[in-house]
Amino acid sequence: MVYVIISTMDDICNISMLAIIVSAVVVVVSIRVAFVLYKCGKPLHVSTLKPVSTLIVLGSGGHTAEMLNLIKVLKKERFNPRYYIAAMTDNMSLEKAKVLEESTIHETGARDLENARFMQIYRSREVGQSYVTSIGTTLIAMAHAMWLIIKIRPQVILCNGPGTCIPLCAAAFLLKIAGIRWSSIFYVESIARVRKLSLSGLLLYKSRLADQFFVQWPQLQRKYPRAQYVGCIM
Amino acid sequence: MGETVDGRSKKTVFVTVGTTCFDALVEGVDTLSVKEELSRKGYTDLLIQMGRGSYIPSKTSGERGLAVDYFTFSSSIADYLKSASLIISHAGSGSIFETLRLDKPLIVVVNEDLMDNHQSELAEELADRKHLLCARPQNLQETIRTMDLESLIPYPPGDATAIAKGINRFMGFPDD
Repeated sequence: MVYVIISTMDDICNISMLAIIVSAVVVVVSIRVAFVLYKCGKPLHVSTLKPVSTLIVLGSGGHTAEMLNLIKVLKKERFNPRYYIAAMTDNMSLEKAKVLEESTIHETGARDLENARFMQIYRSREVGQSYVTSIGTTLIAMAHAMWLIIKIRPQVILCNGPGTCIPLCAAAFLLKIAGIRWSSIFYVESIARVRKLSLSGLLLYKSRLADQFFVQWPQLQRKYPRAQYVGCIM
Repeated sequence: MGETVDGRSKKTVFVTVGTTCFDALVEGVDTLSVKEELSRKGYTDLLIQMGRGSYIPSKTSGERGLAVDYFTFSSSIADYLKSASLIISHAGSGSIFETLRLDKPLIVVVNEDLMDNHQSELAEELADRKHLLCARPQNLQETIRTMDLESLIPYPPGDATAIAKGINRFMGFPDD
């Protein structure tokens, strides 16, 4: 009888200890998340002279064309090395990025493509895929994105939709929370979006995961005041 | 524009649907009323890139009226765009900007069967700014009949330096 009471007392102690530990962890993590979100969108107050490793997410078709227009005007020696990522099913984008990189070799005097890497990622959902099976493929895409982000640990992420960039941005955010690597995420909404943001744009804007959010039409800037209007890039 | 073939001046209308399936457009340009309207406007040839669509236009050599020809895909439509006098295109941003950069008159036809029809946003905005004409398959003939290509304004080439500046400033790189 006494033994039973003591053991339940023990259980209660253990449970309350566990509750205290869990709530402490929750509090610490929430504070960290809040702090990271607060710091997102604030310029880095150091004058950077060292090059920053840059992850460039190519979204296929028109998205890739717009992104490469941006890459053309960035100083290659600052955004270095450059990691290009495209979806597994997109075999055109990386080719186009290679052509662009090769054309800049002569300008910068770099040997081969030593400063550019090209990678592919699983997509969370293909056009027309059912929502049920997309739960499984999203988990695979998430894991793959996490692996790539841990491997690359980029300081800058450039993306402009569609969905391919979301798992990568989420993984980079987790690394920010864990304090492993601070990255700055720049999102450029597609020129095709005039009145409404795309789903990926809306997600990155609302969640404040994007440090800087650029739009190409003034109407969008009026609707989403934290966005910056930068004119058409096509 | 117009090169001379067999003593007559050639003025081609090039229709492109990109990689999509847009039968309503292909069928629309292949109707007698649209073809007659194009003839009246002085066009001699109609070349259709029909993509994955299932509607097959009727080929004609054009002794009387418009000569019609078609193909499914081409790795590059640049040459077709360059030699055309008028382009009728689906609303994909790729074909729109490729045509505008060549400074060619463009009618964009919006596909109303697409589920997420954000594509009409871009075409309508550029039409408001008079860089192109925007139509639906059902009012294509009317658009061609009333079009005034002289009123179109050339599209200024895009520029990403404002974004580059924003990124540089955020990262703490000095302004160039």
